Amino acid sequence: MSIDARIVDDLQANGIEFVTTVPCKQLAGVIAEVDARPGIHHVPSNKEDEGMGLCAGAWMGGKRPCIIMQNTAIGVTINTLATLIQYYRLPLPMLISYRGELREPVACQVEMAVHTKALLAQLNIPTYHFHRQADVEELDQILKYTFMCNKPVAILTDASFWGGYGDQ
Amino acid sequence: MIRYDILTEIAPILRDHLVICNIGIPSQELHAIDDQPSNFYMLGTMGLASSIGLGLALAQPKPVIVIDGDGSVLTNLGTLPTIANNVADNYILLIVDNGSYGSTGDQPTYAGRKTSLAAMARAAGCERVIECAAEDTGRVLTEALEARQMTVIVAKCDSGNRKMPVITMDPVVIRDRFMKAVAAGG
Ligand SMILES: [Mg+2]
Repeated sequence: MSIDARIVDDLQANGIEFVTTVPCKQLAGVIAEVDARPGIHHVPSNKEDEGMGLCAGAWMGGKRPCIIMQNTAIGVTINTLATLIQYYRLPLPMLISYRGELREPVACQVEMAVHTKALLAQLNIPTYHFHRQADVEELDQILKYTFMCNKPVAILTDASFWGGYGDQ
Repeated sequence: MIRYDILTEIAPILRDHLVICNIGIPSQELHAIDDQPSNFYMLGTMGLASSIGLGLALAQPKPVIVIDGDGSVLTNLGTLPTIANNVADNYILLIVDNGSYGSTGDQPTYAGRKTSLAAMARAAGCERVIECAAEDTGRVLTEALEARQMTVIVAKCDSGNRKMPVITMDPVVIRDRFMKAVAAGG
């Protein structure tokens, strides 16, 4: 099974039915898989804070959400994370492409990579970093944890993780 | 008519429906006029009322009315294409367009100058877009509920606010009672 199918299987096994996405090259396969699944309502968003608003509404409407995004957007979502997702205590798994780590070809991506974990830590957001192939084994438990505690939870997936499944 | 007058007039329509209400004075005014568990008050996060409402409308079948403002829509303009391309016929976006940032001291917005939010909504692909005068808002809203078709209403009104107390209800309480109203039968 492809890693993309495996990740989306875990989302569905945890009852996630509403997924919003902002693209990243590393996430293209997962996004295509999300889009192809009949049990998932996929709503692409134009900006990540907008996507978090969609997820908040979907959850209040009875559907478990997930946002798929790139780490460069952490900067533009801090207010939304603090004043909507955390303040109203809403669960939100964030599957994040962690650009700017080892194997990164674009220098500018490193500029947000060096802030990514610090910002998430400042917000007290539980953060998991998928670096090796086997790290995906924890995804199921991370999703259960997210909907247990009703918090935003970050899953950072770097190029080494994705590269384990083929050339990036 | 100012926003407060519109909200007072449409409160009897709103009370039977799920309402997502914009941050700041709009929520304070609605809360003071007719507090309902089926009202979700935004206490922060300017701009996301329309997005929260769309997620809610796509996730469940009851009608959802979003009370938004011109300034807040301008801050999240990407919402209009998302609304247009993800049609939820139980979704009504009511933009109370007073041409100003009401909650921050009535500074003018571009919607009060050259920019038409109704034209932008149409250009984004929204199919049922109605611009109306403040006094027609109740009728247009009722027609939108009867049409059962995704509708964007731009209600043009005067700039101004009523002095209202801030909402002190805990956000988790607002969210919890709102979710119970969403899940309630009928
Ligand atoms: Mg305004």
